[in-house]
Amino acid sequence: MGGADVDSAGPATPRVVVVGAGPAGVRCAETLVKAGIRPVVVDEGRRSGGQIYRRQPENFTRPYAALYGSEAAKAESIHRTFDSLLEHIDYMPETLIWNIADNHVYTVCGNRQRALAYDALILCTGATDRLMPVKGWQLAGTFSLGGAQVALKSQACAVGSRVVFMGTGALLYLVAAQYAAAGATVAAVLDTSALWRRVAALPKLLAQPRALWKGMLLTASLYRARVPVYFGIRPVAIEGSDDSGVAAVSFRDSMGKTRTLACDAVAMGYHLRPENQLADLARCEFRFDQPTRQWLPLADRDGRSSIDDVYLAGDGARILGADGAEASGELAALAALEDSGARVDSSRMDSLRRKLVKLQRFARGLNQAFPWPAAFAAELVDDTIVCRCEAIRVGELRATLSVTGSREVNRTKAFSRVGMGRCQGRYCGNAAAEIIASDGGVAIEEAGRLRAQAPVKPLPVALEKDS
Amino acid sequence: MAGRFQRLGEAGRRSVSIWVDGEPVHALEGDTLMVAMLNHGDHLRRSEFDPSARAGFCLMGACQDCWVRTEEGARLRACSTPVQENMKILTSRLEGTWAELT
Repeated sequence: MGGADVDSAGPATPRVVVVGAGPAGVRCAETLVKAGIRPVVVDEGRRSGGQIYRRQPENFTRPYAALYGSEAAKAESIHRTFDSLLEHIDYMPETLIWNIADNHVYTVCGNRQRALAYDALILCTGATDRLMPVKGWQLAGTFSLGGAQVALKSQACAVGSRVVFMGTGALLYLVAAQYAAAGATVAAVLDTSALWRRVAALPKLLAQPRALWKGMLLTASLYRARVPVYFGIRPVAIEGSDDSGVAAVSFRDSMGKTRTLACDAVAMGYHLRPENQLADLARCEFRFDQPTRQWLPLADRDGRSSIDDVYLAGDGARILGADGAEASGELAALAALEDSGARVDSSRMDSLRRKLVKLQRFARGLNQAFPWPAAFAAELVDDTIVCRCEAIRVGELRATLSVTGSREVNRTKAFSRVGMGRCQGRYCGNAAAEIIASDGGVAIEEAGRLRAQAPVKPLPVALEKDS
Repeated sequence: MAGRFQRLGEAGRRSVSIWVDGEPVHALEGDTLMVAMLNHGDHLRRSEFDPSARAGFCLMGACQDCWVRTEEGARLRACSTPVQENMKILTSRLEGTWAELT
């Protein structure tokens, strides 16, 4: 790494580590730099922007409007801001933080490892797709919704020649519309949420009228592109073969009629789940968020976690989307500055807090309009794979519950290996908890939370110390 | 074997040649290994736990479904590794599995 050695910074300047260079991490770093701090920004990505404003490689030529649509100005602002910060920060791209202990983050880049001490740590770790298994989702050609968007945005590719979009949430419509606009064939959009839920959620969605209007325009663009859109569906199976992958999707429509659509790819997702393994390793407390049925790290309105010196911002803390990430990234930086004794602009903090309250209301509306289909878990047929990594079936998980009497996710993981594979429970964890709850007859929060383990992602076996 | 992915633009980039399991694969500069391989074929590897072919899942380095390896044995995440001229990739596993050992 170029730049100053962060470990030798004078005692007067707090050593601040920002994790992530998406909208939260960029606004956070910008705010720290403005206050005279030189933060270290550690990011797994090869270029800044995070997933939502992911940048295409340097030799690609598509303009911002083609890549980011109505959000082009925001994306460009995030990228330009970060580029202008480069000489004022220590930027570590393509770098994973695999552990946190004793006020140090442990990084790995390629096969070089390093420990960095911090006085304040601001986690802007983002989110990944939240998945509910469906029979056949292990077949080649099934991708997460976010993954399908990455293929288009950062590589100018569609994930198949006929793509079905299945799941629920705003991202479902956004990615399908982006595919249609880019010239891909969208076989259908299959939304598990009924249309009436959107009407019922209107009062909350009106907290962000512009975002609501953009959502309506997206849906209209799908109708103009003659993409069939089904509401209130129940996924039945992704069909195909072990060798050649996805060939069709079958589902029950809102009238209960089973339909089958030919396709060679499925992009699937049910909104997002926070990436909060690092908050867990930093020993932050978590709380169960009943409306979304998932665990979130505890944070005050400004992003202070339960641990001194650890701050949380962006979708890794609360799923509020890109605008919320920008606001919460700036606010968490201001909170960290305030706690270090610096003078901060309290009216700016108030205005960011007000913005986040509105976005929280909008997020609740989205959650009401496009709920996580928890009830599907109980209906999964036994031969559905729940853990894609190790091909563990729902029936095997149910048998484990029945034989061991376990009703807790970590214990069940030890017996069944669900959550122990390469993805470390990122894509099976939500569903496994629902299956434990429904089969075991316990409340979902009693099934508990998969504990994060270091390393938070697989590491190469041979690491060298970076001096 | 037809390509799984479909290119929708950015076709004017410089060509890059890589080798996958000894076969030449035509890629474009800026492609990830995953994009190069899935524009050429329909999968990246076989699952070590069931008979299914796998083609990746999350494309953002979270699921680890897209592991391939170099001829030297280094493991690569195909979704986040850019192609380089003359890269030599193997899709077979390095590790044995219990089924193969018995």
